[in-house]
Amino acid sequence: MNIHEYQGKEVLRQYGVNVPRGKVAFTADEAVSAAKELGSSVTVVKAQIHAGGRGKAGGVKIAKSLEDVASYAKELLGKVLVTHQTGPEGKEVKRLLIEEGCDIKKEYYIGVVVDRGTGRVVVMGSEEGGMDIEEVAANTPEKIVKVVVDPAVGLTTFQARQLAYDIKIPGELVNKAIKFMLALYSAFVDKDCSIAEINPLVVTGSGDVMALDAKLNFDSNALFRHKDILELRDLDEEDEKEIQASKFDLSYIALDGNIGCMVNGAGLAMATMDIIKYFGGSPANFLDVGGGATKEKVTEAFKIILSDANVKGIFVNIFGGIMKCDIIAEGVVAAARELGLDKPLVVRLEGTNVKLGKEILNGSGLNIVAADSMSDGAQKIVSLVK
Amino acid sequence: MSILIDKNTKVITQGITGATGSFHAKGALEYGTQMVGGVTPGKGGQTIGFDLENGTNVTLPIFNTVKEAVAATGATASVIYVAPPFAADSIMEAVDAELDLVICITEGIPVLDMVKVKRFMEGKKTRLIGPNCPGVITPEEIKIGIMPGYIHKKGHVGVVSRSGTLTYEAVHQLTTRGIGQSSAVGIGGDPVKGSEFIDILKLFNEDPDTYAVIMIGEIGGTAEEEAAEWIKANMTKPVVGFIGGATAPPGKRMGHAGAIISGGKGTAAEKIAVLEANGIRVAPTPSDMGATLVAVLEDKDLLEKCKG
Repeated sequence: MNIHEYQGKEVLRQYGVNVPRGKVAFTADEAVSAAKELGSSVTVVKAQIHAGGRGKAGGVKIAKSLEDVASYAKELLGKVLVTHQTGPEGKEVKRLLIEEGCDIKKEYYIGVVVDRGTGRVVVMGSEEGGMDIEEVAANTPEKIVKVVVDPAVGLTTFQARQLAYDIKIPGELVNKAIKFMLALYSAFVDKDCSIAEINPLVVTGSGDVMALDAKLNFDSNALFRHKDILELRDLDEEDEKEIQASKFDLSYIALDGNIGCMVNGAGLAMATMDIIKYFGGSPANFLDVGGGATKEKVTEAFKIILSDANVKGIFVNIFGGIMKCDIIAEGVVAAARELGLDKPLVVRLEGTNVKLGKEILNGSGLNIVAADSMSDGAQKIVSLVK
Repeated sequence: MSILIDKNTKVITQGITGATGSFHAKGALEYGTQMVGGVTPGKGGQTIGFDLENGTNVTLPIFNTVKEAVAATGATASVIYVAPPFAADSIMEAVDAELDLVICITEGIPVLDMVKVKRFMEGKKTRLIGPNCPGVITPEEIKIGIMPGYIHKKGHVGVVSRSGTLTYEAVHQLTTRGIGQSSAVGIGGDPVKGSEFIDILKLFNEDPDTYAVIMIGEIGGTAEEEAAEWIKANMTKPVVGFIGGATAPPGKRMGHAGAIISGGKGTAAEKIAVLEANGIRVAPTPSDMGATLVAVLEDKDLLEKCKG
């Protein structure tokens, strides 16, 4: 789960991570009163959307007066920002972070992630702050340093010190940088983050080490023990169909094609998208109905697929293991009847009770095209939506 | 022969009184697995009965702890169907009881819990498969997990996969072509897990009854790339591959916690290229996994042996 920058900074502040003073604003008036309260000579007005690259897209403004704050706030609120992470349709700005400006001497990078290779938390740092860290990794990998954390002891002081010296934090600020990193690691572990990225970390003219930006992602499997984090979820930033699907425990991801997919199992669901593409079609979504799908769940899945106006046809691909094909068939027939399905529907059933499942489909009187295999089904739906 | 488990393996189920645990314990018994007991804290001393389709009734003892269950039953393997918040603790309990093999089916364990589990397991004898996996089957001998048993056939092809349903798909394609499997192992869809591809490939390489292997990977991480290099350097048996997620958008978690392209890394295209560069033939579509293996078996003159 993603949260906004201002929320991330609030979480980090609770752990003693040094961040600039700031406040969220939903209107231009709120922005001005927030700036008044801060009382700093320079105020930063930052668009809050769940995507990186905001600065380059014009989403970060430096205001030297309250009038500036007001006009920048008016300009940004309601504006659609297009960054390399939003996709071409962009994202509308609905919240701003009003923050005190600071006197930046140099920018650095600090990131905390779970490394799959070692199965451990890794803290990374770079002297190349403020840049796209993937570019740094590709072009100058020697400028990224890493320490692997033993979960039994956590990030140690010596590791943080090593990182601080390696990324060339000025000697007199090394202790502040160590404190910063230890606090960041505590926040990461305590809140079950999947990513905590500070880009840039800055040292200031007044001798502070602080997080100028903060990107926190959380492990959705761990949200059951973090009700406070769950409250930070911003549904405006998520796809409506994905929200609806999550209510029914369906794993759904919207894509931009025109063939709706309903599949059991994440691996098979991905492979179904791939095979549609292989035969020249374009999948409209990823949808895993899971192992224990009921008739109601299948109906819900259909509704979500059909609520996508781009969908011109549906491919149901089920390998019934524990899940019985007749249950799926009943769900498909019920959903098609209830929703008055008027689009091509190809169904491939395999596995437990497959014969019974096919009989239910054939006997339904509905216009359902049966497929014998994944590739047969994919080819049929691709030709039907052309 | 087979890897990890055979007809002599004695198994306990952790979480046996839950709906999922009891359902699959019954499924394992139906298949002929030596399921010898279960663990549910607070229900120790009770029993759980299963009416099997062949008319027999099996009653299994329930224990409060894994240690007790192992002492009483002589089990060497455990399968875990415990809910995600408690599953990591269950794995560690099984490791502490010195079981040879622990298979964790549970999906949704927090990744930092698994980081702790892996640290806890260092230097201990237990091998962990999963979590978030379908389990392991040695056809016509033993089934530990949630896979449909009847699609499998005893034979000589090993299957290892990050995805449950794609494993079934591959097995089905083999069985319908008359090609049996030595063992099929689902290593799971999580980013931090007990066994990686290389761990299982090593076992298949050493198993005299496995003649070839299908390896099914997906987007996210670099386990497939590492496996490909290991295969080229060490594997004496042909391996064919499939990688799911060629059409997955970056930055989105595709169902499995581990199936995510992050920072431009872990794409299907990259994985397929590395597999092919290391001499591994990759099925162009998931429908072609069986056919691709058959083609390789024909080239190596192994097809008849694998059909035997």
